[in-house]
Amino acid sequence: MILGIINIILIGTTPLIFAAIGELVVEKSGVLNLGLEGMMLVGAVSAFVTLVVTGSYLIALIVSLISGLLMSGFFAFLVLYLMANQVASGLALTIFGIGISSMIGKNYVGTPIEGLDPYLFIILSFIVVVLTGYFFKKTKSGLIVKAVGESHDSAHSLGFNVLKIRFLSILFGGAMSALAGFYISICYAPMWQEGMIAGRGWIALALVVFATWKPERILLGAYIFGGVAIMQMNLQAFGVKFPGQFFNMMPYLVTIMVLVIISGDKLRIKLSSPACLTKPFKKNQ
Amino acid sequence: MEKLISIIPRGSSSQSMFILAPIFAIFLTLLFGSLIFILMDYDPIVALKTFFISPISNFYGISELLVKATPLALIAVGLSFCFKNNIYNIGAEGQLTMGAIFGGGVGIYFYDSSSFLVLPMMILAGAIGGALWGMIPALLKTKFNTNEILTSLMLSYVALLILDYLVVGPWRDPDGFNFPKTRPFGETGRMPVLFEGLRIHFGLIITLILLAVSWFVYSKTMFGYQLKVSGFSPRAARFAGFNKNFLIFSAFAICGAFAGIAGIGEVSGPIGLLYRDISPNYGFTAIIVCFLGRLHPLGIMFASLVIALTYLGAEDAQLFLQIPASVGFVFQGLVLFFLLGTDLLVNFKLKLKT
Repeated sequence: MILGIINIILIGTTPLIFAAIGELVVEKSGVLNLGLEGMMLVGAVSAFVTLVVTGSYLIALIVSLISGLLMSGFFAFLVLYLMANQVASGLALTIFGIGISSMIGKNYVGTPIEGLDPYLFIILSFIVVVLTGYFFKKTKSGLIVKAVGESHDSAHSLGFNVLKIRFLSILFGGAMSALAGFYISICYAPMWQEGMIAGRGWIALALVVFATWKPERILLGAYIFGGVAIMQMNLQAFGVKFPGQFFNMMPYLVTIMVLVIISGDKLRIKLSSPACLTKPFKKNQ
Repeated sequence: MEKLISIIPRGSSSQSMFILAPIFAIFLTLLFGSLIFILMDYDPIVALKTFFISPISNFYGISELLVKATPLALIAVGLSFCFKNNIYNIGAEGQLTMGAIFGGGVGIYFYDSSSFLVLPMMILAGAIGGALWGMIPALLKTKFNTNEILTSLMLSYVALLILDYLVVGPWRDPDGFNFPKTRPFGETGRMPVLFEGLRIHFGLIITLILLAVSWFVYSKTMFGYQLKVSGFSPRAARFAGFNKNFLIFSAFAICGAFAGIAGIGEVSGPIGLLYRDISPNYGFTAIIVCFLGRLHPLGIMFASLVIALTYLGAEDAQLFLQIPASVGFVFQGLVLFFLLGTDLLVNFKLKLKT
């Protein structure tokens, strides 16, 4: 039974890891993208529709990733080159994604497909986390991304192309969100339903803060959040009378608590949160 | 693109672009929207007509438009208090929900009372509930320096879950056949309708009054001036000795109270009880209304009508053309994208490189 529970947690938590690790890279570069939910939905629907039409998992994956690149690329263009407000642009991305995904998927609700085995992706999620950790700790490019997120003016004076580095980080985030969407509609569910991401984008966003912007802690946080959700379902199955809503609040409440703990201390917030988060970069100033 | 066009800062922001950009944005949205309709094999003329014209071609439609614009305008003008001060409160959905819970609780408790005080008490409780919920991120920001974007957003989901708990748990209607909803409020707990047979209710009057009050605060009071200055130049505000924490608290409290009143307006107006889906994302959509209306009460009034039409049009599009109702979200997202994009023209000029 224990193994069964671990199995369910692994399967259910993987999309959170993909989305969160993508957003972590974006935020490390100094950009806050609140469009996770929208990009995940579009990634999920484009994968699903492509799979039904072509029958190929590979093409479905590619199309899904491209959808993520397009969505995040558009966001990047707005916030980087047109210097639009990041919070509003991210919300617009989510609202747009909710709408467009259900339009695209309108004729595919309830279409049966053969799901893909999730284990490959579970392993992939671990690899991505380890590689991202390695990227930020040991590689020059990783340090450059961090530098851009900490102080874009210094990074610019050192000759780094701030906008290009942020653009690439945002694209990576988009691709990872789309991958999370692909996993949900092709491996996890497997089906398409309007709004099927069901708030996972916001949980992933919370996860990045919970992990205090450290890749390896994303894993820890994701399994705690995922574990709590599974525990709730199991407790209810055993007839324990505790309202599930309070379990579902945990990720949000815990994240707020983590924010309070790290933000109160000036040094700690400097060590965890990218200093330039949500600040637009303007050249010639 | 950068190679062909250079972006040159204007000396001072362009006043005409400030007003024209939202109009450009709406125009571009219509253009892009028709493109999407064509791609999805709908006749764009028929689709746009169903979406934007036929819903408001009679009195009933206009009343419905106002029913939807009422909460949007009220929340948006509340948000403007925060945004003007550069505080990114994006948790209005939670503040609306908390207002509905506080006010709705009063309505349920006094469901059989015939006192005319029930409704005013509900509205007051709604304002208090929203304001209290809004002041949590303010408290965390001023005491612990937390990022209000994240806390206000997270608290929205917490509020929605609390409402969910109440309507399936302790507040469930004892005669409701186990449906997740509360008992209906009594007659005295309902917003009076303005015209017999239409749904537009007294909440519209409240919204108009609060829009006027906000305009007055912004243009005629020291407090409004302080808000604007500290948003525009935090340094100047500090030198002038404005109380930063007081401004943060009051902006959040005002926004929360307005959103709370919008929430109680919904549940005591068209809905009449509490259940899970009291708001079709009004709290988030109001952010679009606020930006589209340029954080100005009059602009917000017009913007709320435009965005309310996307809700109404989407319902008609689903009914008559079998287009999913979420097409409304597509238009809302697009209009915000284009607005944010064209906003560049307010402070910058585009010049072709030769």
